[in-house]
Amino acid sequence: MGQIVLNSVTKSFGDAQVIPPLDLTIEDGEFAVFVGPSGCGKSTLLRLIAGLEETTSGVISIDGTEVTQVPPSKRGLAMVFQSYALYPHMTVRKNIAFPMRMAKMSQADIDQKVEAAATSLNLVDYLDKKPGQLSGGQRQRVAIGRAIVREPAAFLFDEPLSNLDAALRVGMRMEILELHKKLNTTMIYVTHDQVEAMTMADKIVVLRAGNIEQVGSPLELYRNPRNLFVAGFIGSPTMNLIKGAAASSHGADTIGVRPEHISVSATEGTWTGTVGVSEHLGSDTFFHVHGTGLAESITVRAGGEVDFKYGETIHLTPRDDTVHRFGADGLRL
Amino acid sequence: MGIVAETSKSSKYTRPIFAWAVGLLFFFPIFWMVLTSFKTDADAVKPENLIFFTPTLENYLNMTANYDYWRFAQNSVITSVFATLFALVVGIPCAYAMAFNPSRATKDVLMWMLSTKMLPAAAVLYPMTFLMKGLGLFDTKFVIILVLCLINLPIVIWMLFTYFKEIPKDIIEAAQMDGVNTWGEVREILVPLAWGGIVSTALLCFIFCWNEAYWTVRLTTTDAATLSKLIEGNRAPEGLFFGRLSAVSAAAVGPIVVLGWFCQKQLVQGLTFGAVK
Repeated sequence: MGQIVLNSVTKSFGDAQVIPPLDLTIEDGEFAVFVGPSGCGKSTLLRLIAGLEETTSGVISIDGTEVTQVPPSKRGLAMVFQSYALYPHMTVRKNIAFPMRMAKMSQADIDQKVEAAATSLNLVDYLDKKPGQLSGGQRQRVAIGRAIVREPAAFLFDEPLSNLDAALRVGMRMEILELHKKLNTTMIYVTHDQVEAMTMADKIVVLRAGNIEQVGSPLELYRNPRNLFVAGFIGSPTMNLIKGAAASSHGADTIGVRPEHISVSATEGTWTGTVGVSEHLGSDTFFHVHGTGLAESITVRAGGEVDFKYGETIHLTPRDDTVHRFGADGLRL
Repeated sequence: MGIVAETSKSSKYTRPIFAWAVGLLFFFPIFWMVLTSFKTDADAVKPENLIFFTPTLENYLNMTANYDYWRFAQNSVITSVFATLFALVVGIPCAYAMAFNPSRATKDVLMWMLSTKMLPAAAVLYPMTFLMKGLGLFDTKFVIILVLCLINLPIVIWMLFTYFKEIPKDIIEAAQMDGVNTWGEVREILVPLAWGGIVSTALLCFIFCWNEAYWTVRLTTTDAATLSKLIEGNRAPEGLFFGRLSAVSAAAVGPIVVLGWFCQKQLVQGLTFGAVK
């Protein structure tokens, strides 16, 4: 069990309030992702839940028990750090065994659990090596192993994949998801990468300056962003945000159109512009269109076979049913 | 290319020569002292016997027979060891707290500690002497241990603080998440990771304690007297007996020079600050 509830939680460092009063519930077994630009308070929020930072006010409870004043060692949570934070003086075996040794489990149980964790994480051959002898991916697996054996109420991940290269990142992402399905334990995952958030989360919490901008499933956020910030943050490439006459015609201050919701044509369309840089990904092509008079540049996603040359004229037609409308206050209309 | 090669070629010779020159310059007084310790008091002051003389062990035999060298040496060992141990026992938690849970006052506290080293010892000599006499602690090992511990504590804390600062905070936090209490953090994580630094600190502290003369000479008479006192005691009123004095001095610095020789690596590491990889 691992339901985590935050009630009017605030955090200030000196006079600077980094987390204004915040309420949030993460259900048992949920994979929640905190996402936002750097400095938005997502790591601080995670550390408040972990107990590594003291809350300035408010209440944090895990499974209905208040833990606001409970030290991190007694909260029953496990954390995986961006820097892996392995104990450099211990072998992989001792690293994984460490939390169990601290919990005074019997040596037989410890050995058995270490073996099991090492097998499931492909670490059997490295058990007697020191962290310094491992690659980044292996180190991250050891950190995950060390977290698993504790059988925590919830796992906390603080940007765990940021130090890995792109290919490894995708692989580890799948491994963590696989782990979540297998253990069915609550996981809270902090990232600044919205692609990671979209691909992994059951629930995404979008943060800006300590405030929750929106909470919802990846598709809810994608389909119904509550405000301009979420609209611009979720989705890759980012949503085209258009002001002026085109927006007024939809009765809005700003309209948002995702690149995948615009069709292209060489002959006719609602908007006309010239093709700038294009990115060919094989399956898709992204065109950056200039001179439409709508915005500096409009990004359009077309099929991989569509080909427009640099400087060519292109006609764009947004799908009306997918246009997002925002008022002058930035909120969705 | 040519220029680079030439510069490194010349520095290849000049640097070692310079280093050797400085090394010999520093070593010469010790060499001279050891040499003199094998001369009789009469030979020691004769210019014709400056280099060539008949070596004798008389001074050393005399020292152990008449001055009870071993008691002084024992006092030196006991006071230095315990002062170092206490300094570590107090210093490690103190440096840990400042390194991992700094407050706004931490920097000021560190500076204040260092500032106590700038206080001239003579300024507190009389209050200390009267206080210790009043408390009946004058000439006890306890007082010497206490004083040696306190005067070295700022250095010990500073050094440990620097070493502990190099340990990533994440590792300490990971241990907290793994269910470790504060004592466990120190025992399981901090001490093993900063072991090299702690050893260097202990060695330096031990050396400083061993070499301390100002307080050990003034706060002792016989019972707690250390080797510094033995040397000082050999300034006989009839004049300076260089042979005897050199033997006593050589026997006093001998153990620490040997210790220093064997622990060179740790000492260099300790003095250059840079422990945890």
